[in-house]
Amino acid sequence: MQLIWEGTVKAFELVFGGNAEVWQITGLSLKISGIATLVSLLLGIPLGIALAMTRFPGRALAVASINTGMGLPPVVVGLFASIFLWRSGALGFLELIYTPTAMIIAQVIIAFPIIAGLTMASFQSLNPNLGLQLLGIGASKPQLLWLLCKEARLPLLAAVMAGFGGVISEVGASMMVGGNVRGQTRVLTTATVLETGKGNFDIAIALSLILLALSFALNFVLTHIQQREQLRWPKLS
Amino acid sequence: MAETLLALRDVSVRRGESTALQVSSLDIHAGEILAVIGPNGAGKSTLLRVIGLLQTPTTGKVYFAGEEATRTNALLLRRRMASVFQEPLLVNASVYDNAALGLQMRGLRADAIERRLRPWLERLGIAHLASRRARTLSGGEAQRTSLARALALDPKLLLLDEPFSALDPQTREALLLDLQRILSEAAVTAVLVTHDRNEAFMLGKRIGVLKAGRLLQLGSNLDVFMQPASEAVAEIVGVDNRIAGVVERVADGAATVCFNGGVARVFGRFAPGAKVILCIRPEDIILSHPGKKQPGSTEWNYLQAKVAGVSPWMLQYRLRLECGKVFLVAFIDRSSFLELGILEGNEVMASFSPKAVHVIESPRA
Repeated sequence: MQLIWEGTVKAFELVFGGNAEVWQITGLSLKISGIATLVSLLLGIPLGIALAMTRFPGRALAVASINTGMGLPPVVVGLFASIFLWRSGALGFLELIYTPTAMIIAQVIIAFPIIAGLTMASFQSLNPNLGLQLLGIGASKPQLLWLLCKEARLPLLAAVMAGFGGVISEVGASMMVGGNVRGQTRVLTTATVLETGKGNFDIAIALSLILLALSFALNFVLTHIQQREQLRWPKLS
Repeated sequence: MAETLLALRDVSVRRGESTALQVSSLDIHAGEILAVIGPNGAGKSTLLRVIGLLQTPTTGKVYFAGEEATRTNALLLRRRMASVFQEPLLVNASVYDNAALGLQMRGLRADAIERRLRPWLERLGIAHLASRRARTLSGGEAQRTSLARALALDPKLLLLDEPFSALDPQTREALLLDLQRILSEAAVTAVLVTHDRNEAFMLGKRIGVLKAGRLLQLGSNLDVFMQPASEAVAEIVGVDNRIAGVVERVADGAATVCFNGGVARVFGRFAPGAKVILCIRPEDIILSHPGKKQPGSTEWNYLQAKVAGVSPWMLQYRLRLECGKVFLVAFIDRSSFLELGILEGNEVMASFSPKAVHVIESPRA
């Protein structure tokens, strides 16, 4: 118990004492996972919409793949990303292994199926005739897509939360393709693993608390937006 | 003849092996209200989607104001029409924002939208709901919002796909009367599809009858309801009594038709021996005590009947009558019902004027 208490005190010292390395690690975590989430949104939302709104041969296979991808273990992603990005690997010439870019790539592979899958589900929960109605009052195709996204905004927010939450907290892939290089690819999760291994529990606790606080702050804001628009349930006795 | 606003030519929609719609020619005239009736699955919604350029037909062409609809001009032509569906299909926003949706799509500024929209919110009685969230509306209010959204666009052609059928009877009647008034005041050209004869008759000056994707008859509402062209149309427009018979004797513009269990005198010129179907609306069958004839109407047809079934209707009773080997359906009001002491198994006299009989010649099986 004392360990946790001391760790917590130390954590506050590190965070509010202006420890440059802790802030650098936090900033890098946010940057890598933020960019990965953004890229995943750009790829996942159009794919999710396409899967929800169209029928084509092989669609069932695509949907099953996306659903499998939603639960992809980060270490498996890390393994295959490493094999490709390894200096002698198929994409080795890009010289990306142990760079933040490699970590972003790995995190996109993790977050993109989550976002695509949840986008598909959110579009499928819309009334299928809504699109026809919007066209029936004169929507152009881009207006139609925009209005449908707006209508699905609440479940889409859930997709953003799930995607970002998935990558900011994963450690396996970041460790494997990033290498936990101090000052370059060390992020909150990999640093926590390292410090725990070295027995520096106070620093590890500090990093964990920052991670928790980040996750909580983001989810609090998004949940607030989401809940604001929900209809109230009547009291069920 | 009024100018044609929208025309369908040789339009067909196929779904797999089956044909959902097959219309060789249909013209919608500027200023008219065309009601299309038919049973479920007749292709009514498909027809409306093709007209509204929301679905490309498998074959055939759609012309709007003489211009052929193509992929390139579809959006422009679509923006001169507006659709209202059975479900109100509102987005998760306020009533005002929902009603403003179509105007926003056309790039109007907020003040212009306000000017166009406000009178329609008032006319449809939903101005006081403007800031309410659409998801909290009742069915009738939501459908009024959907109508305001469409009418505010000042469409050249308004398309109504069973807009009343999800509403409860009171709400439906109020909205039907309001819409009837609004459509005539605003001189909107409209196509209404419905399975409800009353709606069709009330709103449609011209009526089309659709069954299995084909237009069986197209004509003025009275023509279609009083003179159905075929037995299928007669059934759809509510002529419950359809009796197959053969023309026996012909004289002076009248004929005697024999059917299984009786004879009836009808007006019109027919060839002796011709197979016909006699169509009599249930409202046109008069009931009286057995043996009692209608005063001063010697030409009437009389049938001895036994009451085979009684179902209470709204303020009427719907009776099933057994006349020899044919069954008739008749409506009778409450006071006559009591006066005649109608009970199942009782004998009554069923009578109808020759004028009340519409004769369909050479019916197909």
